Amino acid sequence: MEGNKRRALALLSGGLDSSLAIKLVQEQGIEVKALHFYTGFCITEFKRRTGQTKEDGTPYVNPALKAAAQLQVPLEIVDISDEYYHIVINPKYGYGRNVNPCIDCRIMMLRKAKEIMEKEGYDFIVTGEVLYQRSMSQTPQKLRLIEKEAGLEGLILRPLSAKLLPPTIPEKEGWVDRSKLLGIKGRGRKVQIKLAEKYGLDYEQPAGGCCYLTDETYAARFKEAYAVEGIITRDDLILFAVGRHLRLPSGTKLIIARNEGEVNFLKGFRNKFGYAYRKDGKGTFALIKGEPPEEELKLIADLIARYSKKEPARVVINLKGKEIELLGTPIEDQLIDQFKIYARKEASHGR
Amino acid sequence: MDVKNIKADIVHDVTGTFCPVPLVELTAKMKQMEIGQIIELIADDPGSIEDVPAWCKSTGQEFLGMFEEDGEYHFFVKKVREMK
Repeated sequence: MEGNKRRALALLSGGLDSSLAIKLVQEQGIEVKALHFYTGFCITEFKRRTGQTKEDGTPYVNPALKAAAQLQVPLEIVDISDEYYHIVINPKYGYGRNVNPCIDCRIMMLRKAKEIMEKEGYDFIVTGEVLYQRSMSQTPQKLRLIEKEAGLEGLILRPLSAKLLPPTIPEKEGWVDRSKLLGIKGRGRKVQIKLAEKYGLDYEQPAGGCCYLTDETYAARFKEAYAVEGIITRDDLILFAVGRHLRLPSGTKLIIARNEGEVNFLKGFRNKFGYAYRKDGKGTFALIKGEPPEEELKLIADLIARYSKKEPARVVINLKGKEIELLGTPIEDQLIDQFKIYARKEASHGR
Repeated sequence: MDVKNIKADIVHDVTGTFCPVPLVELTAKMKQMEIGQIIELIADDPGSIEDVPAWCKSTGQEFLGMFEEDGEYHFFVKKVREMK
């Protein structure tokens, strides 16, 4: 097969590392197609649906689309969100510090990549993984485990750390020149940033991935809900990322919108949960998950009043289609703390 | 040509979804289409204005144009090459 152009499939998150990995193999004459996986936990999606924008008011861009355009590689967005739910709920290799099932996640993406590789006739896989950059999934042992489980032993080239890893088939066969690959390790970004300058790559900040399962607050809500309710639904997985989450004494959960974007987003769940809002429409909107007893309705009204202009107001509570109207008086902030669900460290940010 | 006069073979409404879901949906529909067919994708994620043309560029499909009406964006894409 000498002289034939080799073709690689690259996993592209759109961050700097995965972009550089592609650049490095492109430089060696490898034809690259990029795969971007949609897991259902993408930060861009989350920001856009809650109406968040960049400082200049424009929407957050999809980093993979931007990177693929710069690298001039074709991009396929691969939807794994259906299967992904199961690994988030029940990961074979457990979670990282938060509810990030990184090992299972990598295995799932790489298995999918292998399928596409075989179907479309690609020769090997390229990733932007950096040895020891992430403690859960990027130690030599874990990289090996992931490779083995994905059925891709010797076929995953990691150009950023290749010199520190055993030679892969693409290197042994001479498809790529190992001496031109890199030996980066650890969490530092200096080398990568220098390379980005060299190649003129404009990449999306921040790094740390485009996945919100690594978020502490998200994880705190996930774990709390599992402990209290014993089950996590697909709706829960979406809602953990939105609004203020309060657990009331009866076990009922209140999810209170923090801004107009979240109000609109939470309203989309009106057919599934109870909800409450200020009767004149001014202020927030909250979902009620559970069946609050009669004596808790006043508390809900008071919370709505607190988060809707902090003044007494008529509040409408809708439970299973039945509307109840109450006068809410803003509850004192120090009384709210006991209900809040968040990561301890973030308490000082007033979440 | 006025984009409003483009006759689409398939109309697909993805309003209420956000990036990258509109593109995931577009990918799935385009895979089922024949070469030469046109899809009209209706979305309300403002980010789509950038995403859809960028997606067309990176997948080699032809972006014919778009218009906005009542906060909804109508994108027209022609399938010009096979998608596996």
